[in-house]
Amino acid sequence: MSAFLSIRNLSLVLKGGPRLLRSVSLDVEAGEVRGLVGESGAGKSMIGKAVLGILPRSVEVVEGEIWLDEVDLLKLRPSERRRKIGATAALIPQDPLTALNPSRRVGPQVTDRLVDILGWKRADAQARALELLAEVHIPDPARVMRSYPHELSGGMRQRVLIASAFAAEPKLIVADEPTTALDVTVQKQILHLIARMQARHGTALLFVTHDLGVVSKVCGSLAVLYGGLVVEQSPVRDFFRQPAHAYSRALLAATPKYTDPMAGLNPVPEAVITAVQAEVAQADASWRNGGWRHD
Amino acid sequence: MPSSTPGFAMLDARAMVKRRLGLRLWLSGGWLVVLVVAATFAPWLAPHNPLEQDLFTSRLPPFWMAGAEPGYWLGTDSLGRDVLSRIMYGARIALVVALIAGTATALIGATLGLIAGYFRGWADLVISRLVDIWMAFPPVLFAILLIAVMGPGLVSVIVAIIVIDWTRFARVVRAEAMAQGAMDYVASAQVAGQKRLGTMLTEILPNVLPTIVVLLTLEMGIAVIVEAILSFVNLSISTDFPTWGGMIAEGRTSVHQAWWVLVFPLATLFLTVLSFSQLGEGLKDRFDPVLR
Amino acid sequence: MILRRLLSRLATTLVTLLGVSVIVFVTIRVVPGNPIAMMLPPGATEADIDRLRALYGFDRSIMEQYFIWLWGVVQGDFGTSIQSRQPVLRLVLNRLPATLELSIMALVIAVVIGGFLALTGTRLRGTRTEGAIDVTSGMALSVPDFLWGLVLILLFGVLWPVFHISGRISPQLTSEFTTNFFLFESVVRLRFDLWRDLVSHMFMPALALAIPLAAIISQLLKQSLKETMHLDYVTLSRTKGYGENHVIIREALPNAVLPTLTLVGVQFTFLIGGTVIIERLFSYEGLGNMAIDAVINRDLPLIQGIVILFAVLFTVVNLFVDMLYAVLNPRLRHA
Repeated sequence: MSAFLSIRNLSLVLKGGPRLLRSVSLDVEAGEVRGLVGESGAGKSMIGKAVLGILPRSVEVVEGEIWLDEVDLLKLRPSERRRKIGATAALIPQDPLTALNPSRRVGPQVTDRLVDILGWKRADAQARALELLAEVHIPDPARVMRSYPHELSGGMRQRVLIASAFAAEPKLIVADEPTTALDVTVQKQILHLIARMQARHGTALLFVTHDLGVVSKVCGSLAVLYGGLVVEQSPVRDFFRQPAHAYSRALLAATPKYTDPMAGLNPVPEAVITAVQAEVAQADASWRNGGWRHD
Repeated sequence: MPSSTPGFAMLDARAMVKRRLGLRLWLSGGWLVVLVVAATFAPWLAPHNPLEQDLFTSRLPPFWMAGAEPGYWLGTDSLGRDVLSRIMYGARIALVVALIAGTATALIGATLGLIAGYFRGWADLVISRLVDIWMAFPPVLFAILLIAVMGPGLVSVIVAIIVIDWTRFARVVRAEAMAQGAMDYVASAQVAGQKRLGTMLTEILPNVLPTIVVLLTLEMGIAVIVEAILSFVNLSISTDFPTWGGMIAEGRTSVHQAWWVLVFPLATLFLTVLSFSQLGEGLKDRFDPVLR
Repeated sequence: MILRRLLSRLATTLVTLLGVSVIVFVTIRVVPGNPIAMMLPPGATEADIDRLRALYGFDRSIMEQYFIWLWGVVQGDFGTSIQSRQPVLRLVLNRLPATLELSIMALVIAVVIGGFLALTGTRLRGTRTEGAIDVTSGMALSVPDFLWGLVLILLFGVLWPVFHISGRISPQLTSEFTTNFFLFESVVRLRFDLWRDLVSHMFMPALALAIPLAAIISQLLKQSLKETMHLDYVTLSRTKGYGENHVIIREALPNAVLPTLTLVGVQFTFLIGGTVIIERLFSYEGLGNMAIDAVINRDLPLIQGIVILFAVLFTVVNLFVDMLYAVLNPRLRHA
């Protein structure tokens, strides 16, 4: 496996229900920024959750491999898998208001992984956390480390979470709609911050979003999902110049442009939806014939 | 799609709970029916006179043990009285107290709760303050105190239960009435020109009624246990009349010689209290469309 | 912030206590029944009765009696017990430690059992074990402490007699103590022989009191834990490499405890109220047992004293829980 993260043929089902991911294959090279785009329910954040081992209990992996740093996560025992993920990957969560534990001080929430999982000395972890908080432009990091989450603004908390994600120098970061819950004014800053941090640390980034505008600014390549099916993967430059798939084109057309917000509000046409749904059904049919049956 | 994931797990759990609920209602309801029948027809069903003492037949063991005498199914106590017959007659006291004290407590407590919750103002102020004060009383001690003052007896027991427990209804009904009163349909009824009292009775009461019924069921179980406690400390109806609490008090002192004198009334009381509360919980789940 | 909260709570507490005292006072005196007549030997004359009435102040109006009593209370004088002719305050304070130790032991047992069940149920959520815990705690909750006491007497006093079911301590050991906080003293003086004897007496009544509370704690805390387990910071902690146990205990528990705490406070006052009958059942020489004796003997000053003391205990517990909540909740602490 040359890619740092390599997802092979991954299928997830809702227990006793339909497939959420339909034989998804996806590679993320070291240091690459990969966007995952789709409407809500397309399964884009399920990919991130599967990689980080935080799928809901009601979701089951029925086939596939997730190679992270030369190891197939799905073959590991649960405790080993957790440690492997904790040591090599990190999450920038969607909602900074709920992603910090309200009853713990900020400092320990940044340093806990370094100390408990990676075996750093407490003082080293402390120093590292201060350094990173400064790097994400948090004024007076020492004071912030001592404070409780409710004492910080939403933007500040998201910075803390970004610092925390980069603190252990992970090789891969999953950013799950990291700006959706923020004020529009803060969104841009946070986006720039993530991009800058990524560039400086050379971390591979899996950027889950429904916003193609964001993708065009941050990502090097992207995968478009519909109904748990990857309909198109291409470099961002090619994608915006000439989307290959009809659904991608429709999606692009439906994205509001910053220059003229009202101009692009064309809903995805019925015909395109029908076509892509047929594709999904096709995928399911060939999958069942391929031997594996669910139930 | 991801947002709907917990829903599936819950559907399963809900089906499971529903099944268990049905069983729970049937079992507790069944036991209470048995009890009502035994109490009502005690004079015909009971094998012996519950008061009849016979020192020659004292401390006979229950039927399956060596030394048992036929006809004394659950044995006899130290005065030779038949345990089964006494339990059946004891059920009369227990159920009468449950019914009268429970209903009266519900009526008084719910009325005060409705008034406080719907009319608010000074009535609410007074009633809420009283509830606060009541919460600072140790209930059992309060009940015992009341009985001591009024003198032992069935009426005193019933009055004591009403006095200590009305707050249970008042608190819950007040909160519900307040919540209901804030809802739109009440406002629209008022716009339509209904009188305040009328609104309370026609709009609020029917919606609070399920809660009251559930509380009443639970209260009956509590009344049974309070009666048992009071007769245990010898403050209920006169001692020679059979009560479960009295039997338990006697059984407690001779438990090393004749365990059955304690065990059978205790088991009966246990099942009865459990049945009332399970019935109440079951009803609560039935009435409440959203499972807790 | 916390100070202001404390002061306003103290004010309402005072009003509540005054209310309690008025109600007890009036209840005892308005309803017919003649305590004086019961105190005198048969054959006492009307004059004897009148003399005693005057002695205890029963010849005055209720209002007067109340204010005389209240004035005494302010000075620390709760009157004199009719039965034992000793100051009520001293009698009551002598018994208070026994009841406090029993209640606190019961609380500890309830927290340990309830907490363990809640954590186990959360760890094994969705399994049969969780279902079993739910059913058990539902049952435990429906049956009051009085019945659990009797069941325990049968099981561990008669069927398999491993615990004492009567008294607070073996009688010959009573003289070993200098305070009335037997359990506390035995620990401080490292007298574990005494400690063991005490615990073998106290465990059954304490467990009887603890069972319903343990069930409530188990249900509330598990509910609260399960809600917390869905939150983002718990998920984030998982991605850091932490296992289920760590996530439940370090991340979810501290936040799940707070909403449980207030409800447990109220339930703990119910537990203290339960000591009255449980002490009777286990012949435990505490306040509750004394209260029932006082009621049976119509010892009015003593009854008043005990009821007031219980009310004080209740309100103090509520106050304490309220403050604890404020201290534990970081949002309130820094606001």
